[in-house]
Amino acid sequence: MEAASLSTGGRSILGRSSVARFPDRALRYGLTALAALILALIVYFFLRLAGEAQPAFAKFGVLGFTFDNDWNVAGEQFGALPLVVGTLITSCLALLIGVPVAVATAIYVTELCPGRVRAPVTVLIELLAAVPSVVYGLWGIFFLAPKLVPAEQWIADRLSFVPFIGGGVVTIPNIFVAGLILAIMILPIVSAISREVMATVPADHKEAALGLGATRWEMIRLAVLPYCRGGIIGGAMLGLGRAIGETIAVTIMIGDAPQMPQHLFGQGYALAAVIANEFGEAQGLHRSALFAAGLLLFVLTLIVNAIARLVVLRAARNRAPKRAAGDRAEVAPPTIAGATGI
Amino acid sequence: MSSERLNRYALTPARKRRDRIARGSILAATILALIPLLLIVYYLLSKGLSSWSPSFFTTDPTGNTFFKNSTIGGIESAILGTIEIVALASVLAIPIGIGVAVWLVEYGRTGWFANTVRFFVDVLTGVPSIIFGLFIYIALIIGTGSSYAGYKGSLALALLMLPVVIRSAEVVLLLVPGDLRESALALGAPRWRVIGSIVLPTALPGMVTGVLLAIARAAGETAPLLFTAGATFKTTTSLGGFMNSLPVQIYNDVTSPTTAVVDRAWGAALTLVVMILILNLIARAVSRRSRLA
Repeated sequence: MEAASLSTGGRSILGRSSVARFPDRALRYGLTALAALILALIVYFFLRLAGEAQPAFAKFGVLGFTFDNDWNVAGEQFGALPLVVGTLITSCLALLIGVPVAVATAIYVTELCPGRVRAPVTVLIELLAAVPSVVYGLWGIFFLAPKLVPAEQWIADRLSFVPFIGGGVVTIPNIFVAGLILAIMILPIVSAISREVMATVPADHKEAALGLGATRWEMIRLAVLPYCRGGIIGGAMLGLGRAIGETIAVTIMIGDAPQMPQHLFGQGYALAAVIANEFGEAQGLHRSALFAAGLLLFVLTLIVNAIARLVVLRAARNRAPKRAAGDRAEVAPPTIAGATGI
Repeated sequence: MSSERLNRYALTPARKRRDRIARGSILAATILALIPLLLIVYYLLSKGLSSWSPSFFTTDPTGNTFFKNSTIGGIESAILGTIEIVALASVLAIPIGIGVAVWLVEYGRTGWFANTVRFFVDVLTGVPSIIFGLFIYIALIIGTGSSYAGYKGSLALALLMLPVVIRSAEVVLLLVPGDLRESALALGAPRWRVIGSIVLPTALPGMVTGVLLAIARAAGETAPLLFTAGATFKTTTSLGGFMNSLPVQIYNDVTSPTTAVVDRAWGAALTLVVMILILNLIARAVSRRSRLA
């Protein structure tokens, strides 16, 4: 009786009329359209970028453009190898210097420091990410690079027998300081991600190690670091992606000489830097070559970031206790800093 | 068990020493990581403050640097340009970003389309900032045959902000308890009311944090503006023309051989860092008051 009185003409009176359902549908389809818009935009931009790069690739070939050692604007010859090599050397330097320091800060904050120091140290390291790229460039070229010249010259003289490192004359903008600036710039993101994975190490593991008589360092080495290896590698790869794409600070610091790097303390060039520096005056084939350099940079960062996400995701999945399938909250980065790398 | 075998596991002086050395190195590396920050702050203050003066903020750069004692002007147009460009970029990026995040959390948790969107947002996160400038250059400068304009710079910055806004909002929205949504639905509220009256207000403080961090990041970017907004000296209020901005002016001043112009760059850099720092501090204060993030 009760149920029957609720029903009028086969439709529950609790159901909404189609007019009342309209805002719901509008919201749902509107938001879906927004999401589709993002996809469409990226695909459109990618295709247009490839289209603009086409003349350069047609003239020199994709491999020829990427691996020819000849970037000559006046002679209309565009082989991007010096730029690719410059980008890779500075980014790898950034990783070599930045990642150990970043991991050390993460260990210090999560395992060693007194509780009072934890928040201030974390905030200070995150503030490094708030400094704009151009300010790093300004500080680097007028303070860091000149101050480091004597030390660099000393190393170059002592290690004169080592190819690529020693022997040469140290110039003020050079590849090494560009890598060093990049190391400082990627430090916050690598540190933030390492900190987050270290926070997930089960207390049981650490207490077990300590209970068996391990010292603090042995506990870190045996219980913390192996557990976090995947996350740290993923964080380092994300840092590498940042370093490869970083433009302005590198443009200011690397010297902008379109030649194969002669030695570590000499001048070089990088993919992002060549675009920032030459695009303003570029015409015709030159402009197309710069679009091609942009495409190369885009693809390079895409590959590095894809590997990074995979590594981080797999590390998170291995760690997370098995829950309902399809629940992705467990693999989502737990904080805003981790999600955005700020 | 013989005492000799146990001794092999004893806390020997060598192990103690290794522990001390390792902990010392970790502390040293942490201090090393903070040194650049201190040095940057010190140099910004010592060099930047000396070029700050009332006229520094109220005059435009003149571009006149060839004569001694010539007045090189201040950074008024750069400050106003940065504010205008970033404001328009925020107006564009924040609603779209939060909309996509709401869609991802409320409607698109699973399925190939949702996963594709998520993947493309991740792709956007990793795109180098200068590439966003090239995108907008291709679409709006080659595409329309027109010249640089402030609003084109805003669009490039909006693209850069989008993934940051989406990812940070998504993280916060995921933290909104499912119980809240289900209670509202059980009381008969339609989905749009649940999102508008329950989910978004609950997530608001966390989303504000993410949005402010995105704005702070966009305000410091130079590369996307170089070939979209261009650079100019005069104060312009129209987003349809060339527009100066703090990062671009600093970048142009860094390469100048004139000391006074480099000093102007330090002053401008201090101004920019202070602006970004204020946004960061507000973001942190808001996130501390949030119950979710």
